[in-house]
Amino acid sequence: MTAPIKHGVQFPAERARTTSFNEASARMRLELLLDAGSFLEFIGPEQREVSPHLKIFDLPEQFDDGIVVGRGRLDGAPVLVAAQEGRFMGGAFGEVHGAKLVGLLRAAREIESIPVLILFDTGGVRLQEANAGELAIAEIMRAVMEARTAGVKVIGLIGGRSGCYGGGGLIAGCCSALAVSEPGRIAVSGPEVIETNRGVEEFDSRDRALVWRTMGGKHRRLLGAADVFTDDTVQGFRDAALRLLDVVGPYGLDKLKAEQIRLADRLRSFGACEDAVDIWTAEGIVHAEDVPELPADQFIALADNIGRTSRDAR
Amino acid sequence: MLMSIDAETRTTAATWQRHREARDARIEAGSRLARGKIVEARDATRLMEAVIRPGDRVCLEGDNQKQADLLSGALLAVDLAKVHDLHMVQSGVVLPEHLDLFDHGVAKKLDYAYSGPQSARIARMLFGGKIELGAVHTYLELFARYFIDLTPHVALIAAVSADREGNLYTGPNTEDTPTVVEATAFKDGVVIAQVNEIVDRVPRVDIPADRVHFIVKSEKPFFVEPLFTRDPAAITEGQILTAMLAIKGIYAPYGVQRLNHGIGFSTAAIELLLPTFGEKLGLKGKIATHFALNPHPALIPAIEAGWVQQIHSFGSEVGMDDYIRARSDIYFTGPDGSLRSNRAFCQTAGLYACDMFIGSTLQIDLQGNSSTVTTSRIAGFGGAPNMGADARGRRHPSEPWLKAGSEADPDSPAALRRGRKLVVQIGETFGDKNVPLFVEKLDALELAEKLKLELAPIMIYGDDVTHIVTEEGIANLLLCRNAHEREQAIRGVAGYTDVGRRRDRNAVELLRQRGVIRRPEDLGINPLDADRSMLAARSIKDLVRWSGGLYAPPSKFRNW
Amino acid sequence: MEDLNFQHKARARAGGSRKSAIIGVVASGNLEVLAERVLPDGECRLEIKTAAVGFGDVWQAVVADFVERYSPGGLKFSINDGGARPDTVSLRLAQAVRLIEEDGQ
Repeated sequence: MTAPIKHGVQFPAERARTTSFNEASARMRLELLLDAGSFLEFIGPEQREVSPHLKIFDLPEQFDDGIVVGRGRLDGAPVLVAAQEGRFMGGAFGEVHGAKLVGLLRAAREIESIPVLILFDTGGVRLQEANAGELAIAEIMRAVMEARTAGVKVIGLIGGRSGCYGGGGLIAGCCSALAVSEPGRIAVSGPEVIETNRGVEEFDSRDRALVWRTMGGKHRRLLGAADVFTDDTVQGFRDAALRLLDVVGPYGLDKLKAEQIRLADRLRSFGACEDAVDIWTAEGIVHAEDVPELPADQFIALADNIGRTSRDAR
Repeated sequence: MLMSIDAETRTTAATWQRHREARDARIEAGSRLARGKIVEARDATRLMEAVIRPGDRVCLEGDNQKQADLLSGALLAVDLAKVHDLHMVQSGVVLPEHLDLFDHGVAKKLDYAYSGPQSARIARMLFGGKIELGAVHTYLELFARYFIDLTPHVALIAAVSADREGNLYTGPNTEDTPTVVEATAFKDGVVIAQVNEIVDRVPRVDIPADRVHFIVKSEKPFFVEPLFTRDPAAITEGQILTAMLAIKGIYAPYGVQRLNHGIGFSTAAIELLLPTFGEKLGLKGKIATHFALNPHPALIPAIEAGWVQQIHSFGSEVGMDDYIRARSDIYFTGPDGSLRSNRAFCQTAGLYACDMFIGSTLQIDLQGNSSTVTTSRIAGFGGAPNMGADARGRRHPSEPWLKAGSEADPDSPAALRRGRKLVVQIGETFGDKNVPLFVEKLDALELAEKLKLELAPIMIYGDDVTHIVTEEGIANLLLCRNAHEREQAIRGVAGYTDVGRRRDRNAVELLRQRGVIRRPEDLGINPLDADRSMLAARSIKDLVRWSGGLYAPPSKFRNW
Repeated sequence: MEDLNFQHKARARAGGSRKSAIIGVVASGNLEVLAERVLPDGECRLEIKTAAVGFGDVWQAVVADFVERYSPGGLKFSINDGGARPDTVSLRLAQAVRLIEEDGQ
């Protein structure tokens, strides 16, 4: 419900507050997320580093292969950034797409002090270059862990239309922390995949309320998989990123062990639940069935109250 | 002339109530399966066999949205030795069962108005001779024939609840029910209702008990399709541009206050631009105040922003019930608070009391004839032709009607000049999969030739169309003085379609100088300003927020 | 896929000083346009890779109108097209010109 103010007359901060992260393109997200004018792209579209595979399938290419990487500033401090374009082939990982993110993470590992923001928007691996894509996922996961081991904070921001699925879900699981909005979804197998493999009785992918309460931003926040929940604006994600950069601590074996304990606890507590609403109820939420309808501010208050994120884990 | 009354005519006179007697016999046969008026669902097929005779005209309530699905299933299961060769008279052919009836031989002949989801199969069955087609109607036209030459012997209808007497509550989706029942019950027909529940007292009486003969309680609620929900997230910049052109180039200059909108994305864009773009133009209160319209969720922001004063509806829309109930200043509601819709009245309202219809179509030819028929699909007409037609019986004046009339016929004396309804076709020059909106010859003509129909299925005739709006601009056909000008005006807004590229550039330029064609720049609109940030709501979630949480969209539209 | 190339004379040089600009996304019914200031002021070139085969004459008409209207002298446009409609193509081309004429990088 934003006023129809035209771009030209709006200040960047105002635009960031009124622009839906979910709806914005990858480039628009970066432009409004970072300090005004601070973004510098690596391997930009003019270099035409396109997929070597799509041509074989007679499919159109995109000059940036669906991911924008570069550096910029956040409240004056340098950050490395990668943003997936969820509308180009569902934001899927291909060879070049993946290599750009690996390169960014390895650079971060070498520099050691500059954090990385990954703006996920992906359905997983690109089918047309599946082998290269799967390898890319493995390389990215390794690169994330190596960067974190070197002291780099790697923050995932999830609120795009393609969600964060497949290998994207695995990579998100490796990050230091995640911020998510209501339309954001995080999972490995997507709704259609589950329905195809296990039947519509197991999961009706057309029941979108079910999809969101199982994989959506609110559930991921309540489950502790995402650390911060934000309203769906670019400014909201900017604030969330700043907050996470502030609270994320160093990474090491203790933290990994704590994460293992957290996950085992979670499975023990909720493993028998049939539906997300059962989990929310078990977490002590009165009227859990109303959670999907809660406005962002009320939900954030509720989630902060439940407090299911552990600073020691991940 | 003096007539002698002989014994023979007196015998005939004695049988002047044979329809009533036949009806009573049918009810008598059905009553053996009923307790009072109530028949168990498992006996529904036996009920059909008891009250329906071979060759009967049967109205199986298939509306635009509400479907008597239990009764259609029961009818499909009848013993063909007892029931066959029925003549189905129904406005909507929507469920697969509606056509299965013809495949099985239960029914033979069909008169209908709309076939949305079954449009491809109905075309195949017509080609295959499985269906003997009476005619494809508009809603009002079919309703009219219910009272003249297509009166049902049996009506199979759907309601939300019934009391034990048989009073029916049809709920927000009343739609066609009162019309069907009126025609059937008062002409010695039998009315069978499926209801979701039987209650001690219905919330309001939509159909009085003495018009209802049997009630069957269904295990699950009747099927209702959400047909009027357009997700703002899917509205394109092109649709926003055409919507801006329509608001500034038609709504504003004619001062259109009373209108009907089609169900496409372009009109949804208009609804969502009223509180933003329309507000900036200072049009609030001057346009779009009274609607004949289903409860479109996309209109919520305009309602909340105080644009809309009153809406009468053909049917309801899934998820809008609580919102409507809370906004009874705007909608027609019963003493129970829920929406009362009525298709026949709303169609009449759209025909006579609205100054504009604006909607999309699939094909427009060089005369401005438009059709949603393609060679493989017969979607029917529904209500658009009633909305999108000049009402020759109209006599009350209004500013837009008089202005349109004077543009069409500037030379007649004003007091003798008819006004004109604004009939606006809005769309992008290319539709899905790059299919052009403008064609030299309508597919409908080809279909009519193939099926040997006497009439091509034209949705809106060219002589009723007053304006065509595309991203290229507005063509005002009222200002065209001959067929050549009209053709060039249409070509002039047909963009890069074959029709558009074959325009006579000089003729089009002359038409533009006369204001027959108005480009975006002629209206002070920069196409680059057509931006999604102008929409009052950009997602279904935004609509929920505008409604204060009262709108509860169906699951398939959610992303939360 | 089909490759199409168009070369036009432009009345005047496109304004602004930006070297390049990109707009749009390659998706069904959508396209990306990369504009680069790499040609002499009076020339304009478009290189198109499109998923919709057989629309060369439509592209030609769209491009001719675009060059006539915006006079994008000095610009080369590289286009990856996912089968966009002509009105979308016109809009993206216009957006690309507006972007490269903006002040900034």
